[in-house]
Order: sequence, then structure tokens, then C-alpha cells
Amino acid sequence: MKINLNWSEFLITRLIKVSGYSAIIFVGLIFVFLVMEGFPALLEVPLGKLIGTRWYPIEEHFGILPLVGGSLIVTIGAAMFAIPIGIGTALFISEVSPRWARDILKPLVEMLGGLPSVVLGFLGILILAPFLRRFLDLPTGLTALAGSILLGGISIPTIVSVAEDALDAVPRSYRDAAIALGATRWQTIWRVTLPAARSGVLTAIMLGIGRAIGETMTVMMVTGNAPVLPIGLNALFQPVRTMTATIAAEMGEVANGSTHYHVLFFIGVVLFMISLVINVTASAVVFRIKNRSERILS
Amino acid sequence: MNKIVIENLSIHYSDGTESLKNINLSIPEHAITVIFGPAGGGKSTLLRVLNRLNDLADVTLMSGAVLLDGVNILDPKVDVISLRRRVGMVFARPVVLPMSIRKNLTYSLEVAGEHNRGIHDAAVIESLKQAALWDEVEDRLDEPAVTLSGGQQQRLCLARSLVLKPEVILLDEPTSGLDPISTGKVESSLQELRKNYTIILVPHSIQQAARTADYAAFFLQGELIEYGEGKALFVNPHDKRTEDYIEGRFG
Amino acid sequence: MNRWSGMQSKVRNWIAMIRNPNTSAARGMIQQFGFGLLSLVAMITVVPILAVIVYIFIQGIPAISVEFLSGFPREGMRQGGILPAIVGTFYLTLGTAVFSVPLGIGAAIYLSEYASENRWTRLIRIAIINLAGIPSVVYGLFGLGLFVLFLNLGTSILAGSLTLSIMTLPVIISTAEEALRSVPQSFRVVSISLGATRWQTIRKIILVEALPGILTGVILGLERAAGETAPILFTVAAFFLPQLPRSPLDATMALPYHLFVISTQVPGMPIKIQFGTALVLLFFVLGMNLIATTIRSRARARRQW
Repeated sequence: MKINLNWSEFLITRLIKVSGYSAIIFVGLIFVFLVMEGFPALLEVPLGKLIGTRWYPIEEHFGILPLVGGSLIVTIGAAMFAIPIGIGTALFISEVSPRWARDILKPLVEMLGGLPSVVLGFLGILILAPFLRRFLDLPTGLTALAGSILLGGISIPTIVSVAEDALDAVPRSYRDAAIALGATRWQTIWRVTLPAARSGVLTAIMLGIGRAIGETMTVMMVTGNAPVLPIGLNALFQPVRTMTATIAAEMGEVANGSTHYHVLFFIGVVLFMISLVINVTASAVVFRIKNRSERILS
Repeated sequence: MNKIVIENLSIHYSDGTESLKNINLSIPEHAITVIFGPAGGGKSTLLRVLNRLNDLADVTLMSGAVLLDGVNILDPKVDVISLRRRVGMVFARPVVLPMSIRKNLTYSLEVAGEHNRGIHDAAVIESLKQAALWDEVEDRLDEPAVTLSGGQQQRLCLARSLVLKPEVILLDEPTSGLDPISTGKVESSLQELRKNYTIILVPHSIQQAARTADYAAFFLQGELIEYGEGKALFVNPHDKRTEDYIEGRFG
Repeated sequence: MNRWSGMQSKVRNWIAMIRNPNTSAARGMIQQFGFGLLSLVAMITVVPILAVIVYIFIQGIPAISVEFLSGFPREGMRQGGILPAIVGTFYLTLGTAVFSVPLGIGAAIYLSEYASENRWTRLIRIAIINLAGIPSVVYGLFGLGLFVLFLNLGTSILAGSLTLSIMTLPVIISTAEEALRSVPQSFRVVSISLGATRWQTIRKIILVEALPGILTGVILGLERAAGETAPILFTVAAFFLPQLPRSPLDATMALPYHLFVISTQVPGMPIKIQFGTALVLLFFVLGMNLIATTIRSRARARRQW
């Protein structure tokens, strides 16, 4: 009987080890495939035109700059209002609200994170865009601004949960010490708790931004899908097109293996790289700051 | 008759904690050997070698031999699973498994492959009686073990270690955190048990050491300083350091 | 006369506080103001969530009927029901579970119970963080390239499920690992000291105690998979299928994709049906959310440690 136990245990342990490494395998696979199909774009389209400012695939214009610009302006707009609101909400939940309120608010915010992006895009088309059109007297409400607002809404839950966890993890003793020294709770938050949690809060912001850049459906439905390079503050009130929306909108109509097809995959590689940088940096921040404090405390 | 013989044992952990330096010690069977000394002396490390629990930690260097009935248990070819069934352990804080009292006790039988209900029930009764806990829990065996008091939980842990009828029982400060009455119950259980088991005890106070020891060994910073029979060591220590510790001049 | 002098002294107090913000009275007021601001911000976050749910509910309920939920679409989607979309989403969620749950839990067990903290483990963690951050449309591209084209699975439930599984993997792995790690280390030590092997310890104690947490993570992960559109755009989704899918190699309709198309690409689509579809999708997704939250809170209450 013991032999049987050893054999099955050995097998299971092997399987577990393989699943452990599966994440690496998948990332590698994704990267390989994206590059495989995206690399030809570099060969088929001269580099100068690829980073050009005209995106008009029908006439073989594959300048991706307007798309990058579109993603940038929508993301920055989203960040500008998601970060203060997200951090503020996280502070409220973790430092200000009473226990019973926290137990209602946290699941509620989590629920917002679970809302499918297509539903938000749907409401964006029906309500937000017409509202913006009337309120700001624009030719159309399908603008970068609409995208920013909805993207902000989508990033807020991510920022709130990660930041709130970070704030919650700050030891009670820090707060108690500050209060014992005569600080008000408000002062404690800004001078003690928030700085102590700053690596987690920074991570929250980066993950929120990462979420915003990668969002597809919502932006595709409300930003108007005009691949025009957004310049100046006015661009916020005009239609734009993000990289993600471009892939989603045009992939269905391209011929397999055509230049257009390869360029779309190329954009995919760019997006992959951007998310790689953001996410690895975010985790490196956490690792590094944690190591420093461990050394101090030992 | 020596149950365990430790020969030239040295251990070094990768983070530098509690190493042991060249320990030579014999543990007689059917007796209580007390291993005492200030914190960081290597007592817990020694205990964990005896059931190879230190395999779970990062040990960088281990040399020497530990002979259980003449067989070196540090040999990599040794079956650690069956070793741990022969050498049981009770920890400093009572750690009951998140199950009923009964299941806590039959857990070791289950993992050993013994599923016979009759054997389970017999083992439950006997081990609880040996730990002087049977009267208090006989009608609540299927309740969660966490509902017991601290003292009862620790006696449950003692009973749990007895289920597989080990030959050696290791106890690492088993009564720290327990009230005097529970402590007394554990100590008197040990006095009964030593007739049939070899017991190695790390006490949590000198007084406990003096009360329970058949043999005593004083450990300081990883070294065995002095070894003696019975209460002699406490009344008349040979080494100055032992005397200082017993008198409470440090520690 | 009294009201005026009362106001005067109040204003004088305020001026004094601004001049000297370090008095405890001033600090108290700053705190009040600050807390008020934070509550406002929190409201800005929370109120829209409720508003959205309530609004969709109110607008969508008129469309819900037995026919809507169990019938097939007619007149180019403008009438009839959305059964194929519901069934499709259900199959996709199931398929995702089949692949991502065992793999994800296995990986979590590895990270929590077996792996030592070395270079390789750090690489695995970076890979997981990476997978979590990849935009959903890039998953769609990958699914298209690998499953639909290279492995020749075509636009199928299989291709879609595989794509969604890889996307869901990081969520399951991280929540499962956290659930496993939260089980006290002392249980493991005690179990080993009683003669159990590592796998026995995991199977009999650790997994059992971590199960509610793992389940919560799985449900939350699947909830995301059910609501995603971009990964299924090119790997499985079809707009009009005359019958329900009969095998994993069939394409299928799906709720998110259906909502997308009827709200952007079908002229003359009755608003009622759009809201009805949105409501059904919301119900699916939020229902899973509710189940997950309930499991989590009930398990916490019954915990024996």
C-alpha cells in the first residue's frame, strides 16, 4: 500500500510542478505568436510610414501614431480623474468609514469591477455621449472625453481595491503612535498612513492605468473611432481611436496574411510591450520597497 | 538502556539561528530527560532533529549521527515518514487541527493508511485516557477541537501524539501559556507515560525541570554544558555557568 | 441683534483659525472638512454603480419574458428571444472552467506549498503578473493566431474557451495562492510531525481549509470571462446562428458580443431588447459576484482558526 501511495504522490507532485511553470509557458507562447505574425509588418511597411500620422488602411497608409495618440489621450484623461477619486475612495473606506459601512462599500466597488465593459460602452452610447453633446455643445458626444470618463470608471475599482489593501496592511501601531503623539486622524492619514502604504498605492495606480490602456470594448463604442492624431487640449472633445479599438474593429475584415493583418498584430505586440513594462515596473516597485523595509526592521 | 545516542552532532542553519556545536548525549529509555537552558541555546533545534522536522527548514550543514535503537536517523536513506510515527512531538502552543476532537486523534491513523473504525475508536479512548482528558471530552468527541480550552487543547495534542504508540515523545515547552492546574495535569500524565515511553522535555521554567527530570542536560548557545542524573544537577551543579543559570543570574 | 453678533464671532473664529492653523480647533475643522471631502469622493464612486444597475434593471425588465429567455431571435434579432446567446455564454464559461480551474489551482499549490523563493519562482510570478495585464483584445489576437488558425480549431467554443482560460488563469492563481497561504503554517508542521507526506497534508487539511477562498477566486475569474467580448470576437463569436451549438467545435453566439452588435450595428433595434440583453448579461455576471461574496463571508464565519 505504501508503494501505491508513493507512486500516485509522485505523479501528482509532477503535475503540480508542471502547472506551476505553465504561466511562463503561456506568456512565452503569446509573445512568440504575436511577434510571428506582427514582425512581417516591419518588413512590408517602411518604418517611416509605420510611425507616420496617417492611418488609412484602404489606401495602404499604416501610420500608427494617431492610434497611439488616441490611446494616450484617453488613458491620461482617465487617469486624471480616476486616480484622485480612486485613492480618495480607498482612503475613505480604509480610514474614515465605520466598520459596517466598509462591509457594504467594498463588495459594491468590487461589483463595479465586475461590470462587463460592453455594458458600460452600451450605456455610454445611449446616455453619456448624447449628454456630452448637449452639455458641451459638440457635434458629437462620441469623443475622447466620453472614453476617458468611462475608462476612469473602469479603472477606479482596481485602484480602490489594491490601494485599500495596501492602506489596510499598514500596522495599527503606526496610527496609534501618531495619535498618541497628538496628531489628528486627518494628519495621521497624510503624514503616516499614506506614506507607509505608498508602494502599494503606487502599484494600485499603475495597475489602474494598465487596465485603462488595455480596455477595448468601451473605447470602441464611445470614442468615435476616428483615427486622427489628437493634438492639443481640444482633442479631448473630438473623436479618436485607440490601438485596442483598431484591432477589434478591423481584425474581422482583414484578409489572412495581408499587410493590414500583419500591422494589426504589430499593434498587438506594441500593446503587449506596454503592459509588460507597466506591470513589471509595478511589481518591481513593490519588491524593492519591501526589501528595504525588511532590512530596516531586522 | 539508551534509546537515543547523539554523537558529535553539529547543525548550522542558513540564516544563522540556533546552531548546535558537537553535541554528545545519550537519552535513556523509559525516563524523562529534561533539556533546559536560556533561549537560543539550541534546545528546539535538537528536538527537531530527533524527528527530522528540521528537513522543513534550510539547513546548510549537518554532521554527526543520531542513533535511534542503533540506527542513524540522519542517513538520507531513512524513511522519515515512519520515523515520525515512532517519534511524536508536542509543540509549545497547542495547535489543534481544524477538525473535531475525534478527527484530530485519528488523523495520524488515516495518513498511515489505517481506516478501520474499530481501531480508530480504541485509539481515541486510550490516548485520551493517557492524557487525562477522557473524562472531560467523552461526550463531545465530534465537536470542533477549537472549542476546548487552552489546557484541554494541549492535552489533546499530547493524546494526538500518543495515538500511533510512538516509542519516543518530544515535548517543546508544552505548558508555556497554560495555567498551573493544566500544567500539573500534563506533568502528572508525563510521570505515568514515562513507564512505557522515552520522554524528552524542554521545560519552560527551571522549576518544571527540577520537578520532572529523571535526567537533565544544560544547553547554552548550542553547546551541551553539563549532564546529570535526577535532581542532582539542580541541587549541586558542577559547572559555574549551570549554577549561574539555575540561580537566575542570567537567562 | 443677537444673530448678527453671533455671526461676527463665528467669522472672527474662522479668521483666527486660518491665521493659526495649528490650534486644535483649527485642526479639528480641517479634519471635518477633509473627511467630508473624502466621503463625497466615495459617493462619486459608489452612486454611479448603483445608478447603472438600477437603470438597466428598470429599462430592461419590460423585455424579460419567457419567450425572451428561451426563444430564438427573429427578424434579424429585432424580435424574439436570445436563448442561443445565453446558452453560448454558459458553454463558454463552462469550457473556461474546465481548462483554467485545474491548471490554476495546480499552479497555486505549487507556488504556495512546493516552490522555494528562487529565480525561477520569481520568473513565474512575473509571468503571472504579465498575463494579468495583457489587454483582452491581445488575447483575442493570440487566440486567433494559435487556436483558430495554427491549430485549425476554427471559430469554435473550444478556441474561445482556451483563449478565455489563459486570460482567467492569473486571477485564479493569485486568489488561490493567497487562500492557501492564509492557512496557518502550524497546521502543516503538525501534520508532518504526525507522519503525513506533503501531498497528504495538502489534500487533507490545506486544500480543505482554503477551498472557500479558492472557490471565490474561481467564480470571480469566471465572471470576468463570461463578460468579456474582445477575446471572443475572433475566436468564437457569431452573430446569427440558426441553431444551438452541438459540439465544442461549433461557433456560438454569446451575450456580450450580442449586446455589442445590437447596440452598434443593427439599425432600428428596439431599445427594449438592447436593455433586456444587457440586463440578462448583468444578471449572469452580478449573480456570480453575489455567490462568490456569500461563499466568502459564510466561510469566514465558520472558520475553525
